[in-house]
Amino acid sequence: MRKPTRKVGLWHIPLILIGATCLLPLTFMITTALAPPEEALRATDNFLEMIVPQSFRWQNFVEVWELVPFLRYYINSIFVAVIATVGQVTTSAMAAYAFSRIQWRGRDQLFLAYLATLMIPGSVTMIPNFILMKLFPEFLGVVAPFVDWMSLRYLGTHAEAIGVGRIIGLDSYFALIAPGMFSAYGTFLLRQFFLTLPKSLDEAAKIDGCGHWRIFTQIILPLAIPGLATITILTFMAVWGAFLWPLVVTHQEYLRVLPVGLQAFQGQYGTEWHLMMAAALLMLIPIITIFLAGQRFFISGLTVGAVKG
Amino acid sequence: MTGTPFYRRDWMVAMAFLLPNIVGFFLFTAGPVFSSFLLSFTSWDLLTPPRWVGLQNFIDLLGFHRTVDGVRANDPNFWKYLGNTFFMMLTVPVNIATSLFLAVVLTKKIRFTYLYRLIFFLPSILAGVAIFYLWRWIYNPDYGLFNSILSTIGIMGPNWLTDPSWAKPAIMIMGMWIGLGGTGMILYIAALQNVSQELYEAAEIDGANAWRQFWAVTWPGVLPVTFFLFTIGLINGLQYGAEAVMIMTEGGPFGATTTLGYFIYLKAYVDFEMGYAATIAWVLFLLILVITIINWKKGGKNVSE
Repeated sequence: MRKPTRKVGLWHIPLILIGATCLLPLTFMITTALAPPEEALRATDNFLEMIVPQSFRWQNFVEVWELVPFLRYYINSIFVAVIATVGQVTTSAMAAYAFSRIQWRGRDQLFLAYLATLMIPGSVTMIPNFILMKLFPEFLGVVAPFVDWMSLRYLGTHAEAIGVGRIIGLDSYFALIAPGMFSAYGTFLLRQFFLTLPKSLDEAAKIDGCGHWRIFTQIILPLAIPGLATITILTFMAVWGAFLWPLVVTHQEYLRVLPVGLQAFQGQYGTEWHLMMAAALLMLIPIITIFLAGQRFFISGLTVGAVKG
Repeated sequence: MTGTPFYRRDWMVAMAFLLPNIVGFFLFTAGPVFSSFLLSFTSWDLLTPPRWVGLQNFIDLLGFHRTVDGVRANDPNFWKYLGNTFFMMLTVPVNIATSLFLAVVLTKKIRFTYLYRLIFFLPSILAGVAIFYLWRWIYNPDYGLFNSILSTIGIMGPNWLTDPSWAKPAIMIMGMWIGLGGTGMILYIAALQNVSQELYEAAEIDGANAWRQFWAVTWPGVLPVTFFLFTIGLINGLQYGAEAVMIMTEGGPFGATTTLGYFIYLKAYVDFEMGYAATIAWVLFLLILVITIINWKKGGKNVSE
């Protein structure tokens, strides 16, 4: 055992300074989000006034919902993130099972192909994906002309129609969700996790007459809950924060997700910073909550990911 | 061991488990990799049919031509933006250094480590569009936090994001803030907990001071993590920018902050030059591949020693 010396206490000085550096921008965000418009746009010599809220204008948070269809953005974000996450966890877990618990020819070669794609930049695949989304409805229009694939769809009566976009292609929930439902990285992460579970479990179950589906659902999945939690958190955060893809595949306001919707506060005559910061805070709240609740899983996910090396 | 019919049935079962994932894999990953490769040999604006142009895109992007005032690049922007990308990657070693420093301090017997770790990790968790807007606001020359802090120590801050010489550093400072602790710190903490305490005791008996102990015991112990972070940092750094730059500066002023990632975005989704954009993306990919291989050849040896 190394003796804890009194000198160790001095380390708190740099730690507090660096911690303050981490937190200052965030407190500035909160102060602005709570400031009346004229206070946000006020030059001051005293920066303490910028990081300690001077007033509490909760009205900002109300205006965020009133001035732009923020509720719609929020619902869109939740809908897209939840479906994509459930989809990705399901497809990744099933594939990871096939890659780790079943013996079949070509398994390791295919897995290597999966691994190889992890190094490919997102911009390489994004361009063809965009073109795919753009051309998909036109292609389907030729194959199945009896459905109008190109038109934007609405729910409800004419007066209170709610836009839901196309069935497929650009300006559709399909475009927002589908590519997020599959991931080589998620498959890789869960495979690593499944490999740590003892093989004797499935062998015993096999002797008892269990098929692969029952072994998967009743033995592997319950044991893999920490791994599943990890990939759930990582996927949800990634989809929640995604900006570029939703930006290029949706143009209708009613299909905007939060990261794209924040642009709405960038008015023609300058950005309304007090509203922008309030909206940004509202967007970050789920992320902070999920992170605090699932910190352990999040961190274990990072360490597993690094082992691939 | 199982007989042949059993084995074949296993293959069918495996395919059933794999099917949902593999459809997406071919549709959204493997297929697009292949088709973007083909795209890079075409010229396509999505309005008229694609035209096969052979290597023309690569020549336009990477080639040089002779003019009356000497040799000029066919696309000078590409080289400028490549330079910008590499310059902004200087944040990678800084982030590795701060992560290691924080991890070393946090593995000492010190109070509140849990709280500190949480705070240092926070910026990297929140990173994204909301934080990019926050930093644009922080850099506001009149009402932003950054210049206000500078003015209390008597410095008149520049207009960070619109000043050609300060825009790049501004984005890099934000990058350093985001990656201050981040993944690196978490991985270093995990690695440091595996460094044997006996090595430190032996070093202490030999009379090594803290500084010597760090270089003799800690540094070799965490070298694999450093190597991993460096590789990942290069890969991510080369792709960096599209989102951050779009929100903070739109690549300006005068292209001073345009990275290759943002260049691809502009070519593909603003100019609709799909073929040319795919070419840039593939050049970027090949660059990543080459750097990773060199890195592995060089660094892999050090690590295994």
